[in-house]
Amino acid sequence: MTTPPTPQQPQAQPQQAPQAPQAPNQAAPQPQAPAQQPQQAYAHAGAPVPPGAPAMAAAPAPAAPAPPSAWQQAMSNAYTSPIPIKRTNLGHALASEWTKIKSVRSTVWTLSIFLILVIGIGLLAVANTQSDDYQDVPFTVPAFFGLMLGQICLITLGVLVTSSEYGTGMIRTTFTASPQRHRVLAAKALIFFAIAFVASAGSILLVGLMASGAHSGPEAGDIAWGGTVVKGGLYVSLLGVLALAVGSMLRHSAGAITTMLGVVLVPAILPGFLGIWESTQKLGEKMGDYNAINSLAAIFQIDGPDSSTGSSQLVLLIVITAAAVVGAFALLEKRDV
Amino acid sequence: MIEAVGLTKRYGAKTAVYNLSFQVRPGTVTGFLGPNGSGKSTTMRMILGLDAPSQGQVTIGGYPYRKLPNAPRQVGALLDAKAVHGGRHARNHLLCLAQLSGIPARRVDEVLGVVGLQEVARKRSKGFSLGMGQRLGIAAALLGDPQVLLFDEPVNGLDPEGILWVRNLMKSLAAEGRTVFVSSHLMSEMALTAEHLIVIGRGQLLADMSVTDFISTNSADFARVRTPDTDPQQREKLTAALTEAGGQVMPEQDGGLRVTGLPLPRISDLAHGADVRLWELSPHQASLEEAYMRMTQGAVDYRSTADQRAGLQQQLPPGAMPQPQLPVPGQGQPGWYAPPPPQQGGQPFAMPQGTPADANPYAAAPQPPAAAPSAAPEMTKSATDNEDAAR
Repeated sequence: MTTPPTPQQPQAQPQQAPQAPQAPNQAAPQPQAPAQQPQQAYAHAGAPVPPGAPAMAAAPAPAAPAPPSAWQQAMSNAYTSPIPIKRTNLGHALASEWTKIKSVRSTVWTLSIFLILVIGIGLLAVANTQSDDYQDVPFTVPAFFGLMLGQICLITLGVLVTSSEYGTGMIRTTFTASPQRHRVLAAKALIFFAIAFVASAGSILLVGLMASGAHSGPEAGDIAWGGTVVKGGLYVSLLGVLALAVGSMLRHSAGAITTMLGVVLVPAILPGFLGIWESTQKLGEKMGDYNAINSLAAIFQIDGPDSSTGSSQLVLLIVITAAAVVGAFALLEKRDV
Repeated sequence: MIEAVGLTKRYGAKTAVYNLSFQVRPGTVTGFLGPNGSGKSTTMRMILGLDAPSQGQVTIGGYPYRKLPNAPRQVGALLDAKAVHGGRHARNHLLCLAQLSGIPARRVDEVLGVVGLQEVARKRSKGFSLGMGQRLGIAAALLGDPQVLLFDEPVNGLDPEGILWVRNLMKSLAAEGRTVFVSSHLMSEMALTAEHLIVIGRGQLLADMSVTDFISTNSADFARVRTPDTDPQQREKLTAALTEAGGQVMPEQDGGLRVTGLPLPRISDLAHGADVRLWELSPHQASLEEAYMRMTQGAVDYRSTADQRAGLQQQLPPGAMPQPQLPVPGQGQPGWYAPPPPQQGGQPFAMPQGTPADANPYAAAPQPPAAAPSAAPEMTKSATDNEDAAR
């Protein structure tokens, strides 16, 4: 029906009037196409209606107004769902993000390539080394070679977790379902970090166990390698979280992946150039020490047991990642989707 | 209940929505109309907290959307059927949305049944047709059993069965006391579904009224009168009589007359008095589409024009006259529902001048045998007269 529950418009009565004689008992008339009442509409739209026109005059006549307001009353009562409404929290978002991340193929692909690289290259390295190769390095070193390549997979997955939602438009659906945007990003970062850490630390651990099982001869040094499992896993997972934050800020998969490749590769290449000039030599050395590949090398103590264990490199990555995540949260709340 | 107060959205120098204030009440289907680019989707996004208004505010049940404690349980929205991750299958898509607001998984299967997608629940939504995508979007909107529903173009791409279903769904949702806010371009569909209309053009409110009020305010209803085709003088006589009595008479393409300002019985009386027989005397009530077109005429940003096909034609030798094109009905001409005075608006029914030169395959259109008189101001009338005379 066209009349709102409280009819204020003067038009309301003439519109309903001609209907009353046709269907006096109809409680809730259907909203209708205008063509169904041609005469009546013509009457009040055509400008002068002389009193001598009987058919026309019938329209504004004092016919009974709309049937009383039983149904109107019912309509004015707004609907409330019988199921109680719960407050939502981070747990809901975590469950949702877990469903999301496991239900797309990119997760399966990137993670399986990561595992193949780390474990596969690791096993090859284990097979081609002798016990005395492990005199000065931990048993997890074979995983290092795979990780250098495998970190690219985690970076890709991290970017895709956020930017694919922007690319497909899913983000609008997500933020409509959860206008608390920070919660969604937090859940994404946590779920991704958990998955990346389990995958990376797990595969490093596996390679370490293989190596120690195969080469635990007397020539092998007794270097503790538990720390390298945790730190190595942490380092590549944090790189992935950094990628996730960059993906959330740039909102574009290709752009974010390229940016992250730059972050990983440029500091590894640039020191060669920076070493040419004296003024930039120092910067070049720092870059050489702290780029992603050398940081991993430091964590795995490639240079021997007395070298640094990569803690300062890890701290630097934590600081950078934290800054990127803060930036992502700030932009997330501010920008339109 | 959706309430917007002074809603304004600027993108740089462009103002997409300006000072929009309206209320959407529960219990009715409210249609949201406007030409392309008039700010409908921007308004919808502001309602849903996706875009922040530059000025003003919009609340749902008294809260800004982003302050709602569990938004999907109170507001369901279909913004864009393609706003899904195509690699995820339909059920998982709904499941992750359900989990966000603590809705149990069995409700997901329930809404999949409601929209009729059980069969493809495990298919990736990338392969869905537009109609299936719309159904998935409607399922997502219904997931939380919300009290407020927003639909942006919900019937796009749906089959006739689906359109009917959506129409009935909207009405039943509104009848349950929910607030239903639907945007659409399909005027006939809106006329059947909505009871209340909010019309915007160029980001500003044009109308906020019931459908029937909207039609009667924004359309000139008229009477169609036809005199016997065999006797053109009767037509002239009637025109004179009606004009004398204060009516406005306009000739129609098929030889009929369009009379405004006089009620039907009066027209009949006048015809009788002038001793003119009538073959037709019928009221014409404007449809929602006509009323809408009339209202938004000045607020249309993107208007189609006739395709001149000049880019395809051969370069004419200097001095040669370009060949006139036949006007195509409905292209580049203002619609007949709001007819311009005959002096303006090009050549609605004019015949092309002169005879066609040699064959340009793209321009070769069948030429009518008789060329109409060329005087532009009388074009409409003389064309119809001509037609009469030919019979």
